[in-house]
Parts: sequence; structure tokens; C-alpha cells
Amino acid sequence: MKTVAEINEKIKKGKAVIVTAEEIIDLAEKKGIKKTAREVDVVTTATFAPMCSSGAYFNIGPTKPKVRLGGGKVYLNDIPCYAGFAAGDFLLGATSLPENDSRNRPYPGEFRYGGGHLIEDLVSGKDVKLEAHTYSTNCYPGEKLSTRINIKGFNEAILFNPRNCYQNYNVAVNLSRETIYTYMGVLKPNLGNAHYCSSGQLSPLLNDPYYQTIGIGTRIFLGGGVGYVAWYGTQHNPGVERTKKGIPKEPAGTLALIGDLKGMKQQWLRGASFLGYGVTLIVGIGIPIPLLNEEICRYAAVKDRDIYAKIVDYSESYPQNKKGNLGKVNYEDLKKGKITIRGRKVPATSLSSYSKAREIAETLKMWIKGGSFLLTEAVEKLPLNVKFKPLKVR
Amino acid sequence: MIISRKIVLRFPPDLIDQPIVYRLVKDYNLSFGILRASITPKKEGLLVLELTGKKEDYRKGIDFLSRLKIKIQPLSKDVIRDEDKCTHCGVCIDICPTQAFVLDPKTREVKFDKNKCIACELCIKICPPRAMRVSF
Repeated sequence: MKTVAEINEKIKKGKAVIVTAEEIIDLAEKKGIKKTAREVDVVTTATFAPMCSSGAYFNIGPTKPKVRLGGGKVYLNDIPCYAGFAAGDFLLGATSLPENDSRNRPYPGEFRYGGGHLIEDLVSGKDVKLEAHTYSTNCYPGEKLSTRINIKGFNEAILFNPRNCYQNYNVAVNLSRETIYTYMGVLKPNLGNAHYCSSGQLSPLLNDPYYQTIGIGTRIFLGGGVGYVAWYGTQHNPGVERTKKGIPKEPAGTLALIGDLKGMKQQWLRGASFLGYGVTLIVGIGIPIPLLNEEICRYAAVKDRDIYAKIVDYSESYPQNKKGNLGKVNYEDLKKGKITIRGRKVPATSLSSYSKAREIAETLKMWIKGGSFLLTEAVEKLPLNVKFKPLKVR
Repeated sequence: MIISRKIVLRFPPDLIDQPIVYRLVKDYNLSFGILRASITPKKEGLLVLELTGKKEDYRKGIDFLSRLKIKIQPLSKDVIRDEDKCTHCGVCIDICPTQAFVLDPKTREVKFDKNKCIACELCIKICPPRAMRVSF
């Protein structure tokens, strides 16, 4: 048994033992859980995958005359932002598109530039165009604002993810006779391919399946900078079916994340376009797990073979919200690049970059080793009783 | 000596109805594989060929094409991967018809083999971070 405070003392003295969620698998197999739990202090987990539920909010300082953005319209590089706040605040979402973008026409649309790309441009230090139209008041007489601005020009630029770090995800396939264009990529007809999206054994919440250490307030690697778990993520759904070892077999828990965009790096925040679907943001996340006891260690030693994902048809079952059963498959088989569905061999590829997740887990390990990143104790645990339910349309 | 090259040919509109590939076979003893063919709305033809034959025949065949004012470019430089943009996710792997993308099972990085690329451009639009580019 260890405490977070004890581990932090070891980190400060340069004596902490830190391994990645991949490295702990071999260690646990060689030395056993008991010894590994005693010897290792921290396990680093990571993911680098597209997440549409990403965004950023900004604050601009006063102009002469003052302009009130709240209630008006705000655009960054022609991309509409949300301005229903006070005078200087506005919010940008990763999937937001310029009003003159042709969307999904001609089909499939290309979605070359949207909110995700804009966030990447800002992080890279590029100048962008800020435009606002609003109404005049006694205290804010200005009606228009048009200027160039870069990330340094904002008072605050904060990355916020209402949802990220999905604990497991679907394996998407297409049972129809036509190619379909989805947020899970291009799916070929008649089970032509399968796309999955999780770093599996490196994925944060799959290494802490009952949220024993990751909770509200946990300090994390976010987009190459430092961030925090702000809350449980939207659609948090921990009550799904789990394996005997406690691993959810379908999308389950999620995290809401927050961090200073000014401290992040373009390398770990990439705008992305999904043909026929839209724009999103690929976000690099790394989360440390303090090995406080044997049980936490056993969970963190989870391997791809023990993590099962649900195969879902995206031509009918997903869009129509219908139940379907195409079975489950483990990540070891997915990563081999071929899985069997209905007796057929189907090529499987990933939307989530395992090599980049590995790089993030290594980077976070170095940060902790170097003493610049201390662990935190969760302020509050993530709930286990929240449910994700369909909407009743009245 | 037998050589084999992948080339991009651009035909001016007045040559669209000429049996040019036939002449390459008949008069210059070259064998060919069509990797891609299209005609633009302005009636310019684009043909991507893999041309194989004796070195001397190949040279003469290319001379013949040049005389007809067909623009010739080697294909190898055409599809480029921006290494800074590629995130090595892997969605290009199952889209590519010639298996030019292969996942290294150890590093989990996606390798791009230009020699296998036929410049069909399928990867360009489906790459989420838009790391693939074409330049004819």
C-alpha cells in the first residue's frame, strides 16, 4: 500500500519507478502482481485519436470603443463561434464549419477546414481573422470588430473536451451494398473492412476500469501541455456489460478535460477531416495511474487479449439505433489486422494511433521522472451509477 | 536490358482519339499496364502507365510520345506523404488498392511504399490529417 503523497516524495527525490501501460504487462507477467505493485510507482497511459467533442473557449480584452460579443456573432477564419456569454468570451467547437462550406455536397463532402483545423492553427502560432457583429449598448457602443489575432493576443485560450478518452469503443463495419462515409472512416460494402478506435492496453480508462485513481481533478498530459480532468465526460456510461476482469465490452466511461491551449503543441492537437462526415480534432492525452495497491496494479496490467470490443454495423444498426449482434473481438486480434465476422475474414484498421499513444506514454513518463509533473489525488471520484439513455422525442 | 517505368502522360485534346498505346505495342515492342486513365472536361487525357520493354525500345517509344507533344512525367514523385502531418493511424491501409501502406507490427507505424503506389489518389481524401498530397 502506497499513497499519492508518498509517490510524489519519491518523484521529487528522483527515486520513483515509472513504466508505461505497455511495459507493465511484461513486468507483471515476469514478477507477478504482488512484486510489481511493490516495485512500480506509476503507470502512464495514453491515447491519440479523433474526438469531435472537443473545443476551446477564448477571452479578448477591451477595444476602443468597447464591443460586446455576447449576443452577437463571432467568426474565427469565417468559422462561426458561440457567443452567448459576456462581452469578451466565446466558444469554438471542433466540428464547426464556415457558413459557405458546401457541407456534404457534392457527396461525399471533403470538409477541408473547420474548428479542429482552426484550433491546430492557433496552437501553431498562426494569425487568424477575428470578426464580430453585434448590437450597440451604452456601455459597449461598438457594433463591429475585425482584426488579425494569434494565440498570444487572447487573454485566455482554454481547450475543453466535454467528452474524451472513451473507455473502449465500437468496431465499425458496413453490412450494406454501398460504401458509407462515417465518423469511423470510409466503410466498404459487404463487410469490406472494419475500423476500431482505441489504444486498447494503453488506453487510460481501460487501465483503471472502475476509476479508482482517475477522477475529477486528476492532472494529465493534454495536447502536449498540462491539463486536468474537469468532470466525468458526457455520455459517461459505466454500467455496460463487463468481462470477468472488469473491462467494459462496449463504450463506457468518459472524461471531460480542460487545459491551457497556450501551453499545448501542434504535434498533439491535429485538425482532421473525415470524408463525407466532417471536421474533428485529434487530441493527445496521457494519464498517470499511481499504483497504490495490488488491485490497481492488476487492472493496469491489462493486455489487448483481455479487452473486447463490440462489432457494430454502421449502415443500419448504428444510424437507426437498432440492436444488432455481430459479436465481439479482442484488441490483440484487431491489431493483427484481420478479424472474423460471420465466418468471413475482414481487414481491420485503427483510427487511433498506437505509435503516437506510445510516444505520449513515454513523454509523460519522462516528465514525471524529471520531477516536473507530480501526481494528484482525485478531488472527487467519477460516478459509477450514471446512465446514457436514448432521447424520448415528444 | 529490360526496363520498366511508371509514367504519367498528358494528352492534348486533338490526340484523344488516336490509338497511341497500340503504336507503343506494335511499333516499339513495349508492354503496358494501365494504372489510371481519365479525360478532363476540357478533353485533355491523363494516362498513367507502367511501360516495360528493352531499353532501346523504351527510349524510342518515349521519343515517339514526345514528338506527338504528349507531356511525360515519371510517376514516382507524384504521391507524397507529409511526415509531420501523418499520425500513423492506419485508415489508409485498407483503402489502398495496391497495398502501398503497411503497418509495421513492431513500431505500429504505417510505412508508405512509393513503388507500389499507382497514384489513384484514394488515400488523399480519406486521410484524416490530410497528410497525403499529389502533384502531377
